[in-house]
Amino acid sequence: MAIEKPLSEMPIGTVGTVIENGLTGLTKRRLMDLGFIPGSKIEVLRKSPAGDPTAYYVRGTIIALRNNEASHISIIPHNKF
Amino acid sequence: MGYSCKSCKKCMLKDNFNITKDKDGLVIALAGNPNTGKSTIFNALTGLNQHTGNWPGKTVLQAQGTCIIKGKKCTLVDLPGTYSLLANSIDEVVARDFLCFAKPDATIVVTDATCLERNLNLALQVLEITDKVVVCVNLMDEAERKGIKVNTDLLAAELGVPVIPTSARSKQGLDELISMVYELATGNITSNPNPIPYDQDLEEAIQELQPQIEALLKGRLNSRWVALRLIEGDEELLEGIKNYLSQEELEEDRVEEKCAQ
Repeated sequence: MAIEKPLSEMPIGTVGTVIENGLTGLTKRRLMDLGFIPGSKIEVLRKSPAGDPTAYYVRGTIIALRNNEASHISIIPHNKF
Repeated sequence: MGYSCKSCKKCMLKDNFNITKDKDGLVIALAGNPNTGKSTIFNALTGLNQHTGNWPGKTVLQAQGTCIIKGKKCTLVDLPGTYSLLANSIDEVVARDFLCFAKPDATIVVTDATCLERNLNLALQVLEITDKVVVCVNLMDEAERKGIKVNTDLLAAELGVPVIPTSARSKQGLDELISMVYELATGNITSNPNPIPYDQDLEEAIQELQPQIEALLKGRLNSRWVALRLIEGDEELLEGIKNYLSQEELEEDRVEEKCAQ
């Protein structure tokens, strides 16, 4: 059985499905509007030189998140997009 | 805001949204996600040359222009591009307040055919506020290049409002868009958006709140939508209602006073 992992800990190239958006309030709402909702397919595209933020491909667009936001989003990694 | 008279809806529009409405002119709003071509459509329809550019967030506050459709003067308002109307940021507040309180005669929701799913979030939110909506699926040329086909008839049936495919850069579909907007704004055709059903407990809460809200707002806002926002704890909306609707109330009171005299 696949285990849920925080999005922030995923290396570049990981593809997966969003399981939970564990943020609260406006930040949660904002990220939901941007497509971080359970069931969304997601791919870790690249990291900035300092490793934070990270760019993700989600629902047709590239969006960058800070680790402190991405760490609240759990995903199940799988083999291909 | 200023020293002009506050005795009519017309001045409310002028004071709060800087819009001068002709006696039988129409006000049409353009809403949509960032970077979907709202400003390109705006320029094509008004003949203006507002800055368009390929970066998000360039229409920070609303821009407006006029065009004549079938002899009627239309004021087109280009709202800032947003992903949502739930008021997380200043541009969302601008867009939301305009749709709620300026009551445009019709709203065009511009969507990007190349990533339609992402765009429909906003379209559905607009549909919860007002049913006078035409969904414009823009960038059809780009979608075609990417091998994406959009079934606009099916989308129209699912949403319950007219859907018009366009490629604004090459001015395709704009005539159809504008004539559909005209028909909707003048009431020649009516739309019937399918309401979005929520979980049962939420629906029960809405049922409980809605009649009370309706009694207070008397149809000035969609009470189902206001109920949802209140359940969500949206303070910004209460602020908006206080700002805009209390003015209207004052105006109504004055009119009533005058009548009594």
